[in-house]
Amino acid sequence: MRQFKDNLLRGLLWLSAFLSVAVLVMIVGFIFYKGIGLISFDFIFGDYSPDGDGGIWPMIVTTIYTVLISLVIATPIGILAAVYLQEYAKQGRLVRLIRFATESLTGIPSIIYGLFGAVFFVTTLKLGMSILAASLTLTIIVLPVIIRTTEEALKTVPGSYREGSLALGTTKLQTLYKVILPSSMPGILSGIILSVGRIVGESAAIFLTAGTVAAMPDSILSSARTLTVHSYLVTQESGDIELAAAVGIVLIVIILAINLSATYISKKFNRATNK
Amino acid sequence: MEQSKEATIINVRDLNLFYGEKQALFGVDLAIQEKEVTALIGPSGCGKSTFLRTLNRMNDLIDGVKITGEIVIDHEDIYKSNDVIKLRTKVGMVFQKPNLFPMSIYDNVAYGPKMQGIKNKKELNLIVEESLRSAAIWDEVKDRLKTSALGLSGGQQQRVCIARAIAMKPDIILMDEPTSALDPISTLKIEELITNMKEDYTIVIVTHNMQQAARISDKTAFFLNGEVVEYDDTDNIFSTPQDQRTEDYVTGRFG
Repeated sequence: MRQFKDNLLRGLLWLSAFLSVAVLVMIVGFIFYKGIGLISFDFIFGDYSPDGDGGIWPMIVTTIYTVLISLVIATPIGILAAVYLQEYAKQGRLVRLIRFATESLTGIPSIIYGLFGAVFFVTTLKLGMSILAASLTLTIIVLPVIIRTTEEALKTVPGSYREGSLALGTTKLQTLYKVILPSSMPGILSGIILSVGRIVGESAAIFLTAGTVAAMPDSILSSARTLTVHSYLVTQESGDIELAAAVGIVLIVIILAINLSATYISKKFNRATNK
Repeated sequence: MEQSKEATIINVRDLNLFYGEKQALFGVDLAIQEKEVTALIGPSGCGKSTFLRTLNRMNDLIDGVKITGEIVIDHEDIYKSNDVIKLRTKVGMVFQKPNLFPMSIYDNVAYGPKMQGIKNKKELNLIVEESLRSAAIWDEVKDRLKTSALGLSGGQQQRVCIARAIAMKPDIILMDEPTSALDPISTLKIEELITNMKEDYTIVIVTHNMQQAARISDKTAFFLNGEVVEYDDTDNIFSTPQDQRTEDYVTGRFG
């Protein structure tokens, strides 16, 4: 009987693992099956034309712009905020309040951020519908993610490292910079990877702040269309599932490439500190 | 007569320490002699580690710690002067568990001097080699200085920790039960090392291994419930203790 229970449990565990992998394989498989026929050099690197034959290069460029700008702003602010909360702030009511706020922010639907961005960045700051306005909105969306993951990473650094370093007559800043931050780098990087996923996958907030202009952006102040928004619009307007799936393939490949390079950098970083 | 040869390097007078409302040390008076090994013994929770950590102000890291009384090291009251950095370069520390950083062996030992602003490669190489030699670990690691320090055995790591402390050229080295996490052979090596080190350094060591205190120390202080019950030459503490409680403890009747 106990043997039977053990086997049953094992079977259930296996089934759950199988189901989650199977769903992922099915989705990716479906996207590739539908879209792979459209993938070509011209499709990826060609300029867009409204008749449907053109490429999606402008959307790829726009997507990369939004990822880079958001991360360049959100990463340093997020890391510094986490360091303050974890290492410097006196743990008390104020810090708990800030933590509660950042946690709540992660749960807010992105359309709310989009509305805020449309009112504040686009209208009040007069940035117009632009890549910059969208990137600033996305910065606010990913900031809590970066703060939370960095805080968790800092928490995992053993207290003995701090003591060991301070006992050698170093300042708090030296200890932070030379021992604590390097040790928490893998965790911080995983936060950044999560953020990239959030940014690339975002549609509603970008829709409201960058607009939908399907053309190569002249500058970061141009209105433009990211891949995700493009995918949404072609499905919505023309019902062209093949085209949307092809855009999806490009999205998946971009995210995969970014994740792999982040893992690579993190490994390289670890080797540099652990050599 | 022997007393006159000795020089007091750490002079503690009427030291009280509070964790919030709770008092952990009660009126500790202790004069620690230069270039000797002083052992602090006593049952768990008696305040010996807490006392050790007042000597390089590591207790400052804990919120709500209050200290009264004075600790004079080198004619300076360390709680009146606010240069904690300078204090900690003079008073090194080795912890209970080896706590090397996730860096190479070389970088671990060079870390302290580098943070003090020494950049010259040759000078750093020299410091690293001398420190590792003094910690009796040079021969074991000289061919793998650039590999991760975390790949060493526990006993080796603890000796590199000692080398890391030595690299700062301190006057005093505090050791908080440095062998409690080690096997007997590694323990023996570290005890030998400590005995050799007292030519150059003043060592204050917390241990709850009484044989260890008897083997390596010149003076022993017996702590109980946050007070120093007895402080004397180690031989006297273990052969002719003056206080009944000391006798009960060193003969193993409690603790």
